[in-house]
Amino acid sequence: MTTIALDATALTMRYRRGWGLRDCTFELPAGRISALIGPNGAGKSTLMRIATGLQRQTSGEIRVLGQVPGKHGANRRLAFLGQDKPLFKAFTVEEMLRAGAKLNPGWDDQYAQRLVREADVPFGAKIGTLSGGQRTRVALAIAMGRRPELVMLDEPLADLDPIARQEVMHAVLAEVAETGMTVLLSSHVIADLDGVCDHLLLLADGQVRLQGDVEDLLTQHRVLVGSRELVLPDGVVEARTTGRQATVLARTSDVPGWDNNEPSLEELALAYLRSTRKVAA
Amino acid sequence: MIEFRIDRRSGVAAYQQLVNQTKHALRLGLLRPGDQLPTVKEVVTTTSINPNTVLKAYRELEREGLAEGRRGVGTFVSVSAAPAQPEADQLRAELAGWMRRARQDGLDREYVEALVKAELDLHYEGDGR
Repeated sequence: MTTIALDATALTMRYRRGWGLRDCTFELPAGRISALIGPNGAGKSTLMRIATGLQRQTSGEIRVLGQVPGKHGANRRLAFLGQDKPLFKAFTVEEMLRAGAKLNPGWDDQYAQRLVREADVPFGAKIGTLSGGQRTRVALAIAMGRRPELVMLDEPLADLDPIARQEVMHAVLAEVAETGMTVLLSSHVIADLDGVCDHLLLLADGQVRLQGDVEDLLTQHRVLVGSRELVLPDGVVEARTTGRQATVLARTSDVPGWDNNEPSLEELALAYLRSTRKVAA
Repeated sequence: MIEFRIDRRSGVAAYQQLVNQTKHALRLGLLRPGDQLPTVKEVVTTTSINPNTVLKAYRELEREGLAEGRRGVGTFVSVSAAPAQPEADQLRAELAGWMRRARQDGLDREYVEALVKAELDLHYEGDGR
């Protein structure tokens, strides 16, 4: 049996200019790394902000680790690292850690310090002088210092160079291996999430387009290549034709007559994202 | 100790790649009974894959009797896991001799690969991969 870390029912966020989230119903299983994928403006950040209690939904329900966000103040078992990686630039790393200790009940100072040490960031350095990768590692250490059960990371890899991306990802994976915590990770670079995430939540235009166990989803879909004369199977997500050839991504098992291949996570996600874009256009 | 490598383009599930590489290392004698497999933390930081994927691979190896988990210590190659078979050395030597002859006779690589594959399909029919 899987336990659920976060579940939402008909979650809706209405802004004056449109929908932030629209009737979203989904679950995130505990102890897994879930990918939150969607184009800019799909509702990824809105979802995370509602889950942390920083923002209140228009309607619908959400429970995070069994609690309604914001009802009993900030959830101590939840950590959130926003895109802006909120750190005080004038503080040194050490001062930032001390602030983290003061602001967070249940702070594990040894643990937070170890994470900073592993990142090779000098304790005396001012936050403002750190590289993007180092700053992310410090922000991560502060978010993890309270030993959360669920960590939500909003585009943690944006603006990082390839080596820093890998190091940050490794730091997150190593902590998951050690603590078994649940992670929700948003990114619009899907290749970064391939192999890392074992659960998927795909949003477009504020709506859930696809969700589930990544491996299950991949085995339930096929990339079909064949003659454009062939009859399309049920469950077509996206079909493209070039000359006499058709390339189709469909929710199906093997279809005779076509060349059948399981999609990669990127192929799967992009097909769903493109298909919703075409409907909207 | 061995180091795993994940080929994301191979189309083979990551956990299956870990299982295959472990078996391969056992066959070649790079891993022996009693050896420790890399910890989950080590695997995720060398391959950038999900820790649950590693756990799944190790569970599969345990199910097949090739590995055993020791609580709080790690996962080890089972004492009962068959080490590299001595007769395999003999067979390999014979295969090497055959390859040398094939090359001397001017068979190109693709031709040899096709021959080997055809014989594999014939003799290991239904064994899966």
